[in-house]
Amino acid sequence: MTDVAKDVIEIIAKKKRVDKPTVELTDRLEDLGLESLDAVEMIFDLEEKFDISIPYNANTNNPRTEFDTVDDVVKAIEKLVAEKKS
Amino acid sequence: MTHVHRVVVTGLGAVTPLGLTNASYWEGLKAGRSGIGPIENISGAAELSQKNAAQVRGFDPLQYFDERALSTLDRVSQFPVVAAREAIAQAGIEFDMPLSQRTATIVGTGAGGQNTLDDNYRRLYVDNKTRVFPLTVPRLMTNAPASQVSMQCGLRGPAFVVASACSSANHAIGLSFQMVRSGMVDCAVTGGTEACINFGTVRGWEAMRVMAPDTCRPFSKDRKGLILGEGAAMMVLEPLERAKARGANILCEIVGFGMTADAADLTAPDLGGMTRAMQQALDEAKLAPQDIQYVNAHGTGTAINDETETKAIRQIFGAHADKLAVSSTKSMVGHALGAAGALEMVAVVMAVRESVVPPTINYLGSDPACDLDVVPNEARAMPVNAAMSNSFAFGGLNAVLAVKKFS
Repeated sequence: MTDVAKDVIEIIAKKKRVDKPTVELTDRLEDLGLESLDAVEMIFDLEEKFDISIPYNANTNNPRTEFDTVDDVVKAIEKLVAEKKS
Repeated sequence: MTHVHRVVVTGLGAVTPLGLTNASYWEGLKAGRSGIGPIENISGAAELSQKNAAQVRGFDPLQYFDERALSTLDRVSQFPVVAAREAIAQAGIEFDMPLSQRTATIVGTGAGGQNTLDDNYRRLYVDNKTRVFPLTVPRLMTNAPASQVSMQCGLRGPAFVVASACSSANHAIGLSFQMVRSGMVDCAVTGGTEACINFGTVRGWEAMRVMAPDTCRPFSKDRKGLILGEGAAMMVLEPLERAKARGANILCEIVGFGMTADAADLTAPDLGGMTRAMQQALDEAKLAPQDIQYVNAHGTGTAINDETETKAIRQIFGAHADKLAVSSTKSMVGHALGAAGALEMVAVVMAVRESVVPPTINYLGSDPACDLDVVPNEARAMPVNAAMSNSFAFGGLNAVLAVKKFS
């Protein structure tokens, strides 16, 4: 598992609302019970952790459809981190 | 509660992104003019991600206050004093004794002296100054707008600020209505104010991820969220007998007020809280749903508010919902938070008075989830005998007012 994946899992684990001991890359955000304010807080935590800016508007983006699984979030973050370095 | 008096509105005043008087505001609303534009004249504007807001433009405080008075007045207090003076002048009331002591001053504000706070934090944390301005505390205290209106207009009865975020003004007007109706006071000067367009506050709203990057399109397809606004509106309420006895020009009658709490999600709207508030307002007004012709919606332009409010209106009005005109004036003046309900109440009073319903502008086409007649893009001449004004706040606090043409 990459460092980004570990960090993302740690951040998502803090926001989950279901009784599940570990968060896996294959977990779906919906199944983790993330609500809309959880998503806003999660995105902030990710931005702070990786010093990136994640374009997200709660009116037009739906994190649970755009980022179906934890791995989708990891890939999106890795892409933004790579763009920032280049 | 005993209802001793009928309550009428006899004066209106407004300081808004569409104009600095009630007349210019109403002309702007009728013309479907947008008060939304690039954020200007604040520290750090260029650094903000959010580029647009509905600011009060061309407001020169020195036209209204001398420098000594201004050192005590945050922008959030300047607006309602100017609006209250206008409303009182229109009502034609002199607040001498004993009326002064029998007049309430109740003002809604969501956040109070945000500009003073932002300016002083900037001084301390950015400019590394060691001192803040001497009158920082009395400028930014949340009750300052009510205190300043009472002082500047000589009103000595009950005076306080009501803070319930986006419902603040409706709560303030509703409480004033109840106090005049019960005979507790003989007059009330009431409304709401907000001056929240500064770097720190806009950053706070950016973090909520609910603002539209371009403009506010309530109930429209492709709407992208809310646009912050600012301003104030104030009005004079008095018992019908008193208004008649002094030959006042009666603008309309306030007939109902409903207020509820969702006790559910902190920020997501709640169908139950909305409908209970609307039903209470109708019941208290002794109005049937089909008696209402116009609803000034909360209509923030967020995806979820407009969809939930549409459901609430359909639930309360049933088949009559398809005959209602429903518009959101936030499409023109943005969301002025604690002032919103007051700006909207002025629109409702004027709609009843002039038989013109202001439009929902920036409308691009129908969203099936918001399938009401939202008076798209152009004002409509139509008789309005009774109307409703909705406010639904973050924190799940709802306040709805109902008014009738005076006859």
